[in-house]
Amino acid sequence: MNAAKRPVTEQDLQAYVDGWLPPARQAAVEQYLAEHPDEAARMRDYRAQSEAVRAVMHDAEPAVVPERLLRAARGGGAGSGRSWLVRAVAAALLLAVGFGGGWTMQGVFGPSRDDWLAGLPADAELPRVATAAHRVYAVEVRHPVEGRAEEAHLMGWLSKRVGRPLGAPNLDRFGFRLMGGRLLPASSGAAAQLMYEDDGGRRISVYVETHPSESKVAFRFAEESGLGAFYWLDGRSGFALVGPLQRAELFDMAKAVYQQIEM
Amino acid sequence: MTDFSRRLQEEIPALRRYARYLTRDADRADDLVQDSLERAIAKRRLWHKPESLRPWLFAVLHNVHLNQIRRQTRQPAEVPLDQVFPQASRSEGQTNTVMIGQVMAALDHLEPQQREVLVLVAVEGLHYKEVAMVLGLPTGTVMSRLSRARERLRRTLAGGSPQTTATLRRIK
Repeated sequence: MNAAKRPVTEQDLQAYVDGWLPPARQAAVEQYLAEHPDEAARMRDYRAQSEAVRAVMHDAEPAVVPERLLRAARGGGAGSGRSWLVRAVAAALLLAVGFGGGWTMQGVFGPSRDDWLAGLPADAELPRVATAAHRVYAVEVRHPVEGRAEEAHLMGWLSKRVGRPLGAPNLDRFGFRLMGGRLLPASSGAAAQLMYEDDGGRRISVYVETHPSESKVAFRFAEESGLGAFYWLDGRSGFALVGPLQRAELFDMAKAVYQQIEM
Repeated sequence: MTDFSRRLQEEIPALRRYARYLTRDADRADDLVQDSLERAIAKRRLWHKPESLRPWLFAVLHNVHLNQIRRQTRQPAEVPLDQVFPQASRSEGQTNTVMIGQVMAALDHLEPQQREVLVLVAVEGLHYKEVAMVLGLPTGTVMSRLSRARERLRRTLAGGSPQTTATLRRIK
């Protein structure tokens, strides 16, 4: 239970690099790295490696998805770009796969499923909803927010409607300034979106919703068509930070949001 | 179009990337993706909704691939990774251009088992437990392969000089 006090392990460090470190371990790892500059350098190298591999493999991606793949995803096999013979062989193979051994997913999704789900989000919708809301409002020129940052009652109003105290995180040191916020419909009632902008006009948003039951999920990362989202669950609240930024950059900001948002 | 199909379509770019990594050939990659999508549709009841779709699809694709190479005795093509994923002209220039130039070649020098873990974690953003699920391995094995992959890659990129500053600690 004293997660903050355990000695830092290699596993913690790897999770730190990938943005999977539980919030409770964050301070311990940061302190360890501050005291061990060699290790901090090693972690910086690891992050740079990941970014480089990621950049190359993502850039090489052909933008246009072939029609036959879109059709396969819709479940329509007819008119495929491949010959019926190839398709028949493929179908036979699939059958063989299904009945053959080595189909590890059966086991994974069997009785032990809950085990490996431990630590995964109970709510995979969170990043999707937050990203969709960002996509809708971040492009707004005239009405990106409903209540402006200067309005004193903004945070009080959002806190009241969302059902938890909210302080607007300060992201000045990342170059992002609070523009304001808005109320959004959510499955649990109301959610809040805080919008930030930097000097280059890039916008990021913080999304907060509340849930009927408590859960705790460490930072997780999701990505969808150019938008990254770090999200986490803490008690009855779910949070997401969404923006068109590199994962590492978003991660640092997500940590800042996490530290500040509890009022 | 059903919600499931729409979500499948969203995952196609990631699936193509992973398939290209596995087959090292763009055409064979798309064949593999198509087979995997068909299988995913047929087996959609095995996917349980609250969990992310991507790791489940990757597990499907990984298994279809393994079964194909097992049956066809066709091994993945011996094409260097930096040809499979050519470096696009990058305008930014500020971040580690040297490393970006060398990183795919360095990645090629890793043991395949270490490399695949690093790719799934770093490129596709999967959690260690999700990687374990995709590859059918214990999470501890994923973690140790990941940390070995990273350290070896780091040494290769540093010019092969022995790395003395930090000793890897034992992973539980």
